[in-house]
Amino acid sequence: MAIFLTKESKVLVQGMTGGEGMKHTRRMLAAGTDVVGGVNPRKAGRTVDFDDRAVPVFGSVREGIAATGADVTVVFVPPAFAKAAVTEAADAGIGLAVVITEGIPVHDSVAFHAYAATKGTRVIGPNCPGLITPGQSNAGIIPADITKPGRVGLVSKSGTLTYQLMYELRDIGFSTCVGIGGDPVVGTTHIDCLAAFQDDPDTELVVLIGEIGGDAEERAAAYVRDHVTKPVVAYIAGFTAPEGRTMGHAGAIVSGSAGTAQAKKEALEAAGVRVGGTPTETARLVLNRLESERVAAQG
Amino acid sequence: MDLYEHQARELFEEHGILVPRAEVTDSPKEAREIARRLGGRVVVKAQVKTGGRGKAGGVKLAADPAAAELTARQILGMDIKGHTVGKVMLAQPVDIESEFYVGYVLDRAAGRFLAIASAEGGMDIEEVAASRPEAVARVPVDPAVGVTSAKAAEIAEAAGLPPETVDVLVRLWGVLTREDAVLVEVNPLVRTARGQILALDGKVTLDDNARFRQARWGEQEAAHDDPLEAAAAAKGLNYVKLDGEVGIIGNGAGLVMSTLDVVAGCGARPANFLDIGGGASAQIMADGLSVILSDPAVKSVFVNVFGGITACDAVADGIVRALETVRLTKPLVVRLDGNNAVRGRAILDGRAHPLVQQATTMDEAAHRAARLAIAG
Repeated sequence: MAIFLTKESKVLVQGMTGGEGMKHTRRMLAAGTDVVGGVNPRKAGRTVDFDDRAVPVFGSVREGIAATGADVTVVFVPPAFAKAAVTEAADAGIGLAVVITEGIPVHDSVAFHAYAATKGTRVIGPNCPGLITPGQSNAGIIPADITKPGRVGLVSKSGTLTYQLMYELRDIGFSTCVGIGGDPVVGTTHIDCLAAFQDDPDTELVVLIGEIGGDAEERAAAYVRDHVTKPVVAYIAGFTAPEGRTMGHAGAIVSGSAGTAQAKKEALEAAGVRVGGTPTETARLVLNRLESERVAAQG
Repeated sequence: MDLYEHQARELFEEHGILVPRAEVTDSPKEAREIARRLGGRVVVKAQVKTGGRGKAGGVKLAADPAAAELTARQILGMDIKGHTVGKVMLAQPVDIESEFYVGYVLDRAAGRFLAIASAEGGMDIEEVAASRPEAVARVPVDPAVGVTSAKAAEIAEAAGLPPETVDVLVRLWGVLTREDAVLVEVNPLVRTARGQILALDGKVTLDDNARFRQARWGEQEAAHDDPLEAAAAAKGLNYVKLDGEVGIIGNGAGLVMSTLDVVAGCGARPANFLDIGGGASAQIMADGLSVILSDPAVKSVFVNVFGGITACDAVADGIVRALETVRLTKPLVVRLDGNNAVRGRAILDGRAHPLVQQATTMDEAAHRAARLAIAG
């Protein structure tokens, strides 16, 4: 099962023939992803060889879907072209658009999120590492070889913290890990992922990684309290970040009292979520929780 | 990037929003001339990117050109919440009949912009929103349609603003979208005794991601008050100066923020935020190290890298080559984890630099770096 992405997913890559697109398409294929085509109007009709696989290039997302039955697109195009790329994919009826591109103007992402919603297209990102269902498929830039399939679901704003937790819990393994991105506006939220993990029979526990800025974690906490029966363990970064300064992610800026790491931690704990003080302690909380579930199941 | 009031005023004017006559200067002598041009009596306003300047004494009325010079002299160089006043704006005083608030802000949760408007302008809108939420109208804007006259009328109606503000609301939406702003705010928007609608003060935050299509902002490059931040920016580094003694280098914004927290949890204070991104090449490692080592407050440096896409052996090679060009003057604690971590650690061991030590976990490395900083 897993969420949003399985071995059945047929993946297009918009921007496949660019440097990043080439590098990560090769990695996605190596991780088992069924990459069925690239999209580039100037190179339509050609194929690109990746080791033992020749991947066709289509002139449009619509052509790619018609020829291959693709249901996922991974977007690597530069920021200036991202709005057009996502709009095109939504128009073509793609189910999931994973937008890796960093640095998209917020007016563009506001526009394509609204448009994709009217077409029933789920957007993950932008400015995200994508998502991986280990052992099945990898859509984006998450390193596939640092973990294995398992029963923990993970949702995170941050790429490298995702990798850190995937690695710390590599012996347990993951159902799906979703990097939702660090921009102020993202298409898929912590809540969307919590809802999907709650319904996913292959996910036993959910790890939620957040960081300063906005109130997504506070809203996720309310959602956990009201709708999630599976155990949730969280980690929040940014306790020492000064107010009013951007820390790398455009979304990671604290204004006033809202959006602080402390406020997020308290909201999550009030909802019954255990919050780790460091990534390593968070991993330990996950292990303890899984162990106690196992003991409870036996006893 | 936040604009100064006088820059926001200029944008409003370009978009056809009425503003008081005003000029900006960094010289008290010139302030006197400006006051003369504006009719003698002027408001002298400190240009700083922070709120509460009125309370801090950064806004004063001057009765004549001589008083304007004196007032400008007092305000220039003043410290307002850590911001030094480099320029003052002198504006013609306005006969205010009523004050309103209008603005557009990004509603992250809804993923769209929200019009915020209130008939109670002039005050801190967040205070009004907290004490009397019914006095602040919040109207979502459909990005596919924007703020048309009909939408603006809806916003004005919801906030109890007079119909003359409709045109300003439409034009202000033009400022937001055409200038690629993520926040525009007019506070107060006033109606004068003669019935004119004027933007008296404003705030505009531009979207840094939109620089590629907004050529004019090149000249308005964000000024870095801190020399280390300026040096880092010149090298293209994502660096923020903090007040501590443990220098931090890491890959990925989330991991670096986490690193700061873990170091703080060990009883030391981080000296900076520095995200070197996924690549972690020798050049960027050398640039990062040289900026951090030039910070006199730094007593130890913690390099925290998770090898994901870039494996740890490549990162270790980068560190070794960086050490050829940068003279290490403070102890360096390196934590490499992830892909090829064992090979990466072996490469660093092989270099055997006397000031470099390794730890296998982030927590252990943070403890060591903190101890070294406190001892050093």
